Amino acid sequence: MEYSNLITKLLEGNTRAAARLITIVENDIDAAETIIKSIYKSTGNAYILGITGAPGSGKSTFISTLTNTFIEQGRKVGIICVDPTSPITGGALLGDRIRMKQYFTLDRVFIRSMANRGQLGGLARATEDVIKILDAYGCEIIIVETVGVGQSEVDIFKSAETVIVLLVPGLGDDIQAIKAGIMEITDIFVVNKMDFPGADRKVAEISQMLELNSSFKYQSNQLREEYFKLVAWPPEIVKVNSKTGENFKELIEIIKKHIQFLEDTGVISNYLKNRIKSETLQILKHKLQKKVEDLINSNQEKIEQYINKVIEKSLDPYSMADIIIKMLGIEK
Amino acid sequence: MTEKRKIKVLVCKPGLDGHDRGAKVLARALRDAGMEVIYTGIHQTPDDVVNTVIQEDPDAVMLSMLSGSHNAICPVIMQKLKEQNIDDVLVAVGGIIPDEDKPFLEKHGLKGFHGPGTDLKTIVEFVQNNLKR
Repeated sequence: MEYSNLITKLLEGNTRAAARLITIVENDIDAAETIIKSIYKSTGNAYILGITGAPGSGKSTFISTLTNTFIEQGRKVGIICVDPTSPITGGALLGDRIRMKQYFTLDRVFIRSMANRGQLGGLARATEDVIKILDAYGCEIIIVETVGVGQSEVDIFKSAETVIVLLVPGLGDDIQAIKAGIMEITDIFVVNKMDFPGADRKVAEISQMLELNSSFKYQSNQLREEYFKLVAWPPEIVKVNSKTGENFKELIEIIKKHIQFLEDTGVISNYLKNRIKSETLQILKHKLQKKVEDLINSNQEKIEQYINKVIEKSLDPYSMADIIIKMLGIEK
Repeated sequence: MTEKRKIKVLVCKPGLDGHDRGAKVLARALRDAGMEVIYTGIHQTPDDVVNTVIQEDPDAVMLSMLSGSHNAICPVIMQKLKEQNIDDVLVAVGGIIPDEDKPFLEKHGLKGFHGPGTDLKTIVEFVQNNLKR
């Protein structure tokens, strides 16, 4: 097989093989399929930590300090930083590395920058595959930094075991805290830049919001529970200073507590099942979309006729879609 | 479904030099040309540069140097890349590179040498036309 040499090296923990395989899965979805198929058995050992938050909330600096704590414990850490692709030129400026401490050594920390290439949801199409490559490469902890998010980029919760949302003092009030979206998928709220005025107020706003969660049984909670089949974890709040490392000890304890909770309650296996489900769905979407595009491209005349019928109103778009589904060989 | 391959470029400033406006302008220009640009910032040691190249697997590395230390630092970077068997990456240096230093740097495998006032389009095309893979 074309990539077997690289894959053998990857499984031996070769850094360059990992880097090259990541490039390949980023650029070629067919190659990604081949590669993931052959490394899949070697995955599933890493603990995945998702970090999300608004642009400028300090995600990269926070990750740098957090990583330091992990490597002090002797862990091997993988970091995936996703930054946005320009919708206009397709280019991207990946600037997360600049915040990461430079003295991380190669055998302890692997940092990779990714452009999201237009994918919504805060991650890139290939992020899930890159996680698997770093997992097979031997990273025990994989930290995924999403693009600087707004309110609804929540895809990270499908990929990560623990989701940390970074908030900063002075950005948004208590109304922001009760809006739907990222506030609902958070396991640990971190109020970063705790030396700035308003940090305590931010903590208070979040804890008020969380109190509402627990005292009422909202429908959203029920949905979440159904989704995860879990006893809901009561999210925790901690304020930190990423520049000085203040309160990171407490944060690590909370992370540990969350991992323990996932294992004790058996939630972790539900996470896994849901992740496989949503991933397979994604792959199916890609594959079916490709099939449909191929079909349309190879039957352009026929499609043109149907389009004309829709224009004449003797057909409508829904019925036309049904015809295409029949052409695909999938019965409606 | 092979997506169009993106050119990935690493822009960095090796050595003790804080004048990074040029590097930032360049990073922006390459971004606007549709490339994925990693900017690692100032004060990069040769090891930092090489480690980043290993992990990020870029197609090109653009070193911005205005401090006069190019003759000392660039060959070290090239040597360390060689030690890692990295031979398919375009390595260019630009900034303030006197003409008399160019043959020496060329001998070590460096390219580019774009100085102040270079049209950004020239540099973009240089990258597009000199990739090694």
